Amino acid sequence: MRSIKMLPRLAWIIFIIFQLVASNFLFAKGKQVIKIAYLTQTQKVRPVLSNLDPVIENKGVLGAELAIEDNNTTGEYTKQKFFLEKFIIPVDGNVVDTFNKQIAKKYAFVVTNLASDVTNKVADLDAAKAILLFDVATIDDALRNQDCRANVLHLLPSRAMRADALAQYMMKKRWTKWFLVVGNTEEDKLYAEATKRAAKKFNMKIVQEKTWEHTFDARRTAQSDVAVFTQLDEDYEVLVVADEQGEFGEYLDYRTWIPRPVIGTQGLVATSWHRAHEQWGATQIQNRFKEKAGRWMEEQDYGAYLAVRAIGEAATRAKSNELKPIKDYLLSDQFALQGYKGTSLSFRSWDHQLRQPVLLAAPRSLVAVAPIEGFLHPKTELDTLGYDQPETECKWSKSGE
Amino acid sequence: MNKQILSAILLILAASAQAETVFVTLEKDNALAIVDPIAGELIKTVEVGQRPRGIAISPDNKVIYIATSDDNIIKMIDTETLKEIGTLPSGDDPETFALNPKGDTLYISNEDDSRVTVMDIAKKKVIKQIQVGVEPEGITVSPDSRWVVSASETTNMLHWIDAKTNIIVENTLVDARPRAVTFTSDSKFAWATSEMASSLSIVDASTKQIVKRITFEVQGVTKDKIQPVGVVIDKENKRGYVALGPANRVAVINAKTYEVEKYLLVGQRVWNLAFSPDQKRLYTTNGVSNDISIIDLDNLTVTKSLGVGNYPWGVAVKP
Repeated sequence: MRSIKMLPRLAWIIFIIFQLVASNFLFAKGKQVIKIAYLTQTQKVRPVLSNLDPVIENKGVLGAELAIEDNNTTGEYTKQKFFLEKFIIPVDGNVVDTFNKQIAKKYAFVVTNLASDVTNKVADLDAAKAILLFDVATIDDALRNQDCRANVLHLLPSRAMRADALAQYMMKKRWTKWFLVVGNTEEDKLYAEATKRAAKKFNMKIVQEKTWEHTFDARRTAQSDVAVFTQLDEDYEVLVVADEQGEFGEYLDYRTWIPRPVIGTQGLVATSWHRAHEQWGATQIQNRFKEKAGRWMEEQDYGAYLAVRAIGEAATRAKSNELKPIKDYLLSDQFALQGYKGTSLSFRSWDHQLRQPVLLAAPRSLVAVAPIEGFLHPKTELDTLGYDQPETECKWSKSGE
Repeated sequence: MNKQILSAILLILAASAQAETVFVTLEKDNALAIVDPIAGELIKTVEVGQRPRGIAISPDNKVIYIATSDDNIIKMIDTETLKEIGTLPSGDDPETFALNPKGDTLYISNEDDSRVTVMDIAKKKVIKQIQVGVEPEGITVSPDSRWVVSASETTNMLHWIDAKTNIIVENTLVDARPRAVTFTSDSKFAWATSEMASSLSIVDASTKQIVKRITFEVQGVTKDKIQPVGVVIDKENKRGYVALGPANRVAVINAKTYEVEKYLLVGQRVWNLAFSPDQKRLYTTNGVSNDISIIDLDNLTVTKSLGVGNYPWGVAVKP
């Protein structure tokens, strides 16, 4: 008591102000506060094949904002208040620096829309140990297997899930002989790997694999070049293209030597979200998003929406704003996230991948939703897509846990 | 007299003799199916407007109300002539609504706007719009007219609206994606289905607390296919029935012990349920197999399925 008496008046005032600020920070008007950071880095715009679609630079963030609004509607009734703070790092900026200085110790939940290598760089920071990261950008299988991190959850379906979804549908159609065309980027090779894994898993035959070398200007000579390129000795039923950046894939359809459909990264694509999707209440969120954003919802928007909604759902159920109870709830059997896909979504305990149906879509129509009926699983048919528990190479060795 | 007219008259006579008509909204056909369940016949189909879903009949059995979602109105249809006799402005995208026991007020869920619209039917005027959770869907009025309960699918809550003041006085957090809610005839309990959690929550109307949570399990059907939707409870509060969506079954629940007594196999993607006036039969709409199933409640067996048209959604019965 003596020490308090000795405190000068000014210090007292500062102390009282601090108390007020601190209590405000934790309980805005008697509400429990849950603060979420959204961290992204602007990507270099790659050259596009055509000017048909406008380049969207804010993929992700608007989904997070919509979800914050939804969380706060619920929060009105549960006396919780959700805040979203956005950290947008320029192309040449330092993500780690921003994370350490502005996010660490201030946020327990961080939605990351970052490249694969940057995602793990952030996850491995000391400051990230007491943080749960919600990755809404990567689709790498490595990040869900050998390079997995215990403090990262992945919202978008991995390449393996996408390839399996396509393979299931091809099996249903009995289009089992594939011609695989691969671009020359690292991502294209990973997509091709996932395709080959799916082919093996579902007993498809890849009759031939070819690399697209970009040795000519597709815009001018595609008509003749694609025909020559797709002339094989052996017959095939579908052409599977691996071209994630969209550098040539769009030029394959209708130009092949023999009439064959194109699937993969172009043609019939496997995706977590699509503008043609309107079942299971999807129309409602499509409308709400469009009204807010003035454009269609993209995959990263959907991922960020789910990430923030997942935090909201867990915070509401666990009645908490702290990392441990929320993380425990997110990874528990009770967690059931509504994602407008006709079944509840949850996280796989072995690699923190969000289990979810994968949409198979043509440019203007939804063709099918995987898992395709008939592909069975003892626990949930959703686990017929991607790496199931017995196959996982993920060991929680680094960060967290 | 023309043969066709004669047979039509005979049909109508036959129907009125049995004195029970089932009305089914056909979401995809923009139509209403009129069924004689005793004869097991589809009497006819009439056009009603775009994407009809929610349906209810006035207490005097004279008017059918139908939410035609894509027209953004509620239509009033004469139960005898089957002609449109008026419309009610419902606000955007009406899907489901509830009629109070007196039959003078409609409570409409406006999914896109997160609102419940309160409508004076006689004046055809909106009395109030109440802000609720995100994507309100299921809505019901307690038989004692005290409560209006609105279930919001994304907020996962039941909002208890005082029917006198039209103000939310309490909220109950339930399992993921609540779809439908109904009261026991004594107004003491509300039963709410949660589509994404394969569960049913039974909520005490006095405390607004969940007193029992039932999780459905069907052998040979994975949990993600068990998606509870429509729910009804009989007048004696003996049994409740829950439609399980793509599990293609109706769960029979003992309303005293809360045990699931039986799962009845019906058509594909079973949505909504309605009793016959004597409560001896239950009618189900099956959205994917495009039919309705008729369940004999004395023997708990499905006695008939009857093709009605594309995407049967709502069902209502006139004595």
